[in-house]
Amino acid sequence: MMIDSGLADISRALADGSISSVELTQDYLKRIAAENTDLNAYITVCDELALAQAKAADEKRSNGNAGVFTGIPIAHKDLFCTNGVRTSCGSRMLDNFIAPYDAFIVERFNEAGAVTLGKTNMDEFAMGSSNETSFYGPVKNPWDRTRVPGGSSGGSAAAVAGRLCAGATATDTGGSIRQPASFTGITGLKPTYGRVSRWGMVAFASSLDQAGTMTQTAEDAAMMLNVMAGTDVKDSTCSNAPVEDYTANLDKPLDGLRIGIPVEHFSDGLDSEVEKAIRAAIAEFEKLGAVVKEVNLDNSHLSVSAYYVIAPAEASANLSRYDGVRYGYRCDNPVDLEDMYKRTRSEGFGAEVKRRIMVGTYALSAGYYDAYYIKAQKIRRLIKNDFQKAFEEVDVIMGPTSPHTAFPIGSKNDDPVTMYLEDIYTIAVNLAGLPGLSIPAGLVNNLPVGLQIVGKDFAESQLLNVAHKFQQVTDWHTRQPG
Amino acid sequence: MSIELADVENIAHLARLHLSDAEKQEAANSMTDILGLIDQMQSVNTDNVEPLAHAFDAVQRLRKDEVTESNHRDELQKIAPETDQGLFLVPKVIE
Repeated sequence: MMIDSGLADISRALADGSISSVELTQDYLKRIAAENTDLNAYITVCDELALAQAKAADEKRSNGNAGVFTGIPIAHKDLFCTNGVRTSCGSRMLDNFIAPYDAFIVERFNEAGAVTLGKTNMDEFAMGSSNETSFYGPVKNPWDRTRVPGGSSGGSAAAVAGRLCAGATATDTGGSIRQPASFTGITGLKPTYGRVSRWGMVAFASSLDQAGTMTQTAEDAAMMLNVMAGTDVKDSTCSNAPVEDYTANLDKPLDGLRIGIPVEHFSDGLDSEVEKAIRAAIAEFEKLGAVVKEVNLDNSHLSVSAYYVIAPAEASANLSRYDGVRYGYRCDNPVDLEDMYKRTRSEGFGAEVKRRIMVGTYALSAGYYDAYYIKAQKIRRLIKNDFQKAFEEVDVIMGPTSPHTAFPIGSKNDDPVTMYLEDIYTIAVNLAGLPGLSIPAGLVNNLPVGLQIVGKDFAESQLLNVAHKFQQVTDWHTRQPG
Repeated sequence: MSIELADVENIAHLARLHLSDAEKQEAANSMTDILGLIDQMQSVNTDNVEPLAHAFDAVQRLRKDEVTESNHRDELQKIAPETDQGLFLVPKVIE
């Protein structure tokens, strides 16, 4: 079916008239109606809006005004504000929040003619690595519905892997695009920090959050990045670096590409079958003309510790706006203002969010700020320096995205720290602000394995080229569940 | 480093969170665990290292002090729990 195809194929089919946007949209909506009750990938499905947008797209096309993205149905992670549509962030706190404006990237996709199928499920306020903390219930992995799809962008991942949309937007703060992409056998791209505007993207950790893409292929990711990347005066952390056409260099040959393999990412804790799959994938790059060498990221082992100070600290500040005053949840019958704040926040937030707010508040409180927050920022500098040193000798860094494949729903709920260690290979990339991609690279017991590729600042074009060349000589990215 | 119930109460108040007694104990336990993870940072000497607040050491961009935005109060207040004449209504703050 056309709706099993990726963005590039769909764009071509729309252009040559073999399918209309309305037909495509109807097919996706039908499949969503059949599958979503079980998979739980979508929190909100925008039937009417999608069909209206599809109709407008088909009209535009018949007037000769269609572009590459006109009429293509996508999904948005539910922390991007969508005007007139609920934007819940997977939380009871925003269950009644109808966004009064569009996020920058939503505006961009709307201008490009995309069709919004709906808002995808996620760990609450993007805090999680399994999509189990959502107020709307866990998302299931289409590869094995007893297992998690990863998180926090589990809904976007399951929607793409389950072919419930052609592509989806998502966000990554510590691995929230790459890890679910790895668990669900799709391509997930986290661009360089600042490459994509965060205007209208509900904030979790402002120095780490970045919007990105979830697609079947690197080519599709490039198409989406072309729509999303760019400067924005409304986000003062957004970069002014020039925007390229990310599809232009996809086919560049990889002869002489220098690949670095961090020793620290191949030690204890990495599942031996996953390691085999990753090493086999890396060998494919050697066949394509790349040279591989070991590199060291000496302070790797401190990345999770530093992250679990910085991210909760920034989250505690960002989530202090949820007070029941101006929008969102408000508790019933508050006795006074203090009672309103405390009960609104305690009833509106789930357990993991409250836990991280507490840790962050503690780390920033008087007497602990230097020992925790400043110390973590120093570690962050060391981690960034490690990457800079490695990139003097190599062009890209590769390794496993995750130490293992998707785990069973409910299996990591006893101890928060076990869950935090899920992001052990991905977190350092956010701390350093670098671009990172996860692509399907194998199957272990019929569960997907992801290869992580990390690049230098603003090297998205190179990352996508490297991934695309791999996808031309392997077929992991074409595998589907069941 | 171990977190006691009194610490939890103090932090919860700073964060404007209300916790039940059972939740307070759970918070003390999980925060102690998490601090165990975080304390690994102390194993490395960072005496002459500059903290990194932004991946590219960026500084806040400034712009001319000119009015460029318009007032959207009525539109944005439509989703507020309670308003009156352009004001957000909250319970009395009693002293």
